[in-house]
Amino acid sequence: MGEIFILFFSAILVNNFVLSRFLGICPYLGVSRRVEMAVGMSMAVVFVMTLASLVTWLVYNFILLPFNLLYLYIVAFILVIATLVQLVEMVIQKVSPTIYQALGIYLPLITTNCAVLGVAFLNIQEGYGLLKTTIHGLGAGVGFGLAIVLFAGIRERLELADIGDAMKGTAIGLVVAGLLSLAFMGFRGLF
Amino acid sequence: MLPAILSLGGLGLLFAFGLGLAARKFAVKVDPRIEKIAEILPGVNCGACGFPNCQAVAAALIEGKIESDSCVLVEEEALRNIAEILGQEVKVKEKKVARLICQGGKDQAKEKYVYQGVRECRVANLLFGGEKACAYGCLGLGTCVQECPFGAIALDENNLPLINEDKCTGCRKCVEVCPKEVLTLIPKPKKVWIACNSRAKGAQVKKVCQEGCIGCGLCLKACKPKAITLENNLARIDYQKCTNCGDCVEKCPTKAITCCL
Repeated sequence: MGEIFILFFSAILVNNFVLSRFLGICPYLGVSRRVEMAVGMSMAVVFVMTLASLVTWLVYNFILLPFNLLYLYIVAFILVIATLVQLVEMVIQKVSPTIYQALGIYLPLITTNCAVLGVAFLNIQEGYGLLKTTIHGLGAGVGFGLAIVLFAGIRERLELADIGDAMKGTAIGLVVAGLLSLAFMGFRGLF
Repeated sequence: MLPAILSLGGLGLLFAFGLGLAARKFAVKVDPRIEKIAEILPGVNCGACGFPNCQAVAAALIEGKIESDSCVLVEEEALRNIAEILGQEVKVKEKKVARLICQGGKDQAKEKYVYQGVRECRVANLLFGGEKACAYGCLGLGTCVQECPFGAIALDENNLPLINEDKCTGCRKCVEVCPKEVLTLIPKPKKVWIACNSRAKGAQVKKVCQEGCIGCGLCLKACKPKAITLENNLARIDYQKCTNCGDCVEKCPTKAITCCL
């Protein structure tokens, strides 16, 4: 039990996918203008990551391993992720058309979000079991959500701040992302 | 070879079936008229109508929740097209534009202190109502310029917002954001307006601004259709009666009435 607890929180804080592993930077910078959008995006990513971890583990252990098809794992994982993203897209369009419009191109882009593929690979690499895999996927998604919501909150304030012309927009955004990443380095050695 | 094709193909088929089922379950019925109307609408999502975006407006229009003239931006031609799609009668509304009711730029109005904070009127207004000695005047920090979704406002050399009436759509965004309420919507064809917002007494106005309304009442007498009244030391034009003659503009001793004929 303790091990799973540690796995979950280390995926959120210590090995945060965005701020420590530097995966999924594209939506991190793209969908962080408004907190509301960031929350919508992180919900979608949590869902996709958790399910993708679970399904890719099943695919890997029950299809690829028995048939000796390990060289196909990238294709198979992408297939799983793309399907899940399609599903999420349908659900969001039904539930909240406004969030669907706000997320725009970034929603289908979760398909190529390296954080999602990354969590699937890491699960295999670390040799996690089914439960650990799912928990790790959930933690990774929540970690991504935490990072992007924090960042969106800061960016909303940055819009009102008096920033030099050369640093406006993405430039100051990248500086802030770097500082946030440094702050998260402080969690190293927590567990 | 064969197991590879079969297993990947099988996975693909399985997922395809799953997605097919989900698509049926989560199908969103989109009224084709929504797309059509959304295309006619300006699509800038300015929010002046109270809806988050133009798609939502189109949906509300079809459900009959709002009138066809709720969008301030659509031109008469477009309004007619929308009414045609909805099968309603056309209602033509009067076009309004935002105008500045203050002339207290840095040459005319005195300042009570030097403000060096954030270039944002709402912030400056928190510090004793801003740097201008006149409590009612434009602060000239350009919050309206930033707010305008159409780029219709720019600060002139006198530090006052200059409104391009060809670009202004009357969306009210600047009116709502201005902490001093010196922007107001006036019917576009009416070319005369009181360019002062000060409700202070005449002597007080003279002390802080060269071109403020001192409430002398000369315009009341000059106005033939009797469109001007005096309220709280400030002249007010009734645009139902105003004929654009411009007599009041000539009579005003402080040039507080503007016309752009």
